[in-house]
Amino acid sequence: MFDQPESFVTSDGRTIGGVMMEMKNITLRFGGVVAIKDISFDIREGEIRAIIGPNGAGKSSMLNVISGFYNPQKGEVWYKGERRPSMKPFEVARQGIARTFQNIALFEGMSVLDNVMTGRLNHMKAGILSQAFWYGTAQREETENREVVERVLDFLEIQHIRKTPVSRLPYGLKKRVELARALAADPKILLLDEPMAGMNVEEKEDMSRFILDVNDEFGTTIALIEHDMSVVMDISDRVVVMDYGKKIGDGTPKEVRSNQAVIDAYLGVAHD
Amino acid sequence: MLPDQFLFGVEVMLNGLMAGVLYALVALGFVLIFKASGIFNYAQGVMALFGALTLVGIMDGQVPFAHLINSIFGTDVHHFGWHVPAFLSILLVMVVMVGLAWCVQHFIFRHLVGQEPIILFMATIGLAYFMEGFGDLMWNSEIKKLDIGIPQGGSMWIEEATSFLGGTNFYGFFIDKLEIVASLVAVVLVIVLVAFAQYTKEGRAMRAVADDHQAALSVGISLSFIWVLVWSLAGFVALVAGIMWGAKSGVQFSLSLIALKALPVLMLGGFTSIPGAIVGGLIVGVGEKIFEFLIGAPFLGGATENWFAYMLALVFLVFRPQGLFGEKIIERV
Repeated sequence: MFDQPESFVTSDGRTIGGVMMEMKNITLRFGGVVAIKDISFDIREGEIRAIIGPNGAGKSSMLNVISGFYNPQKGEVWYKGERRPSMKPFEVARQGIARTFQNIALFEGMSVLDNVMTGRLNHMKAGILSQAFWYGTAQREETENREVVERVLDFLEIQHIRKTPVSRLPYGLKKRVELARALAADPKILLLDEPMAGMNVEEKEDMSRFILDVNDEFGTTIALIEHDMSVVMDISDRVVVMDYGKKIGDGTPKEVRSNQAVIDAYLGVAHD
Repeated sequence: MLPDQFLFGVEVMLNGLMAGVLYALVALGFVLIFKASGIFNYAQGVMALFGALTLVGIMDGQVPFAHLINSIFGTDVHHFGWHVPAFLSILLVMVVMVGLAWCVQHFIFRHLVGQEPIILFMATIGLAYFMEGFGDLMWNSEIKKLDIGIPQGGSMWIEEATSFLGGTNFYGFFIDKLEIVASLVAVVLVIVLVAFAQYTKEGRAMRAVADDHQAALSVGISLSFIWVLVWSLAGFVALVAGIMWGAKSGVQFSLSLIALKALPVLMLGGFTSIPGAIVGGLIVGVGEKIFEFLIGAPFLGGATENWFAYMLALVFLVFRPQGLFGEKIIERV
């Protein structure tokens, strides 16, 4: 199914569209260290795409390339059929690519609501005068964006903590608030950097459910990094496997599971 | 009837409050920039001077860089011969301050992203002396009178209304009208700033940047835009401080030294707290006047105002290094 360029409908009724983002021969170096070596893969509209690999495989670096935090020395990033010039992270974000961080980057001093509202900043156009007098565009925008944010809070079941300062929340909830902020931006592509890292089993199950629901409900394209294999295999449509900066496997979870190079490098033993 | 000595003390305290408002204004400029970018802006005081100089220059129709122009072209121009109304001049200076903010970001700090704080600090020292020289070259170094129509002199109304409090030697509180105006302006300025930070999208972005740079980038906030914004706001605050100080004691280069008084204010209030800057300013203003009145003048031969604030800051540093409202410093081992 994934070998055909046109869109198709999966067995569970979701539509997978054409290629939305394509990484072509990406190479990223830090001084003498090669973090990513000549990697190519694509992300199709509406799919959940996972990048997995052992520690230090270059997964996070890859995510940072996609989100503009790193600029690769070689290779091209294609987005919506156009080659993307080298960009700053905020410019990438404005193109509709939202992300979360492995170590949670929230605005600790602000409330949950304020944090999630920052996700809407790029949807606000009102000028400073309109805002000063709370008239016209400003008033309408604030109400609209507030509604979107409330829906997101509701969807991720965190509406009860909307007024709580983020610094007081437990780890699992912080992760969810970060997801809410990214989701509030109404992204074309949602990048999740180890969304389940450091979570207990119950929290992991919740997070998996939210990721699937987001994809199902809004049709959001999701690219995620994770090293918890079991979770990834359950929720993703296709998986890229990295090891020491190289791509050693790419395909559906089933294909990847039976790929000998992947088994050797990552799994150690075959799972049946 | 209250004892005269007590009433004089109250008067001293009131005057201290007014002086404190001006300290607070300068400190506020420091806090804005420090919060958003981690830069301790040594040039804040010079920005106040530069703002005031430019204001006088524009109002009096001075030709900028007159000395330079005259020595190159052999001309003898000093004035355009017009006078610009105060209100319009202030608007023009605000534009100049935004331009200055843009230049500072574009030519200096854009190239220093991710550098050590001490390097950023050094850059602001360089900037301070550059601006002092530049201001001198642009508007020359004479002491200038700044009159934008703020009422000056003691407020008769307050004097008369309070004269009944004491005996025959007490004629009521002497409070300069200029200082009352300065206080009112400062209060309005602070309210506007807080409302801006709290309720506008730019303000929300500004708070976001102050909190976490990475996260701010990931939601599409341009850091350099926010930095130009905070330098502009700090420029406006500096301009207001410059106007008040300039109206009180003339626009002169010693104005840039006020910035140093803001240091102990920041030590008290904390480098990251806007309310801290205000309360710190008031404490220093009142503290140094009261200390001079009660202890300095009678026992120590006076002039304690020069060092009192620094001593107070030193004591504070020892017992509460993060200041009154600063974020608590917790070091994890």
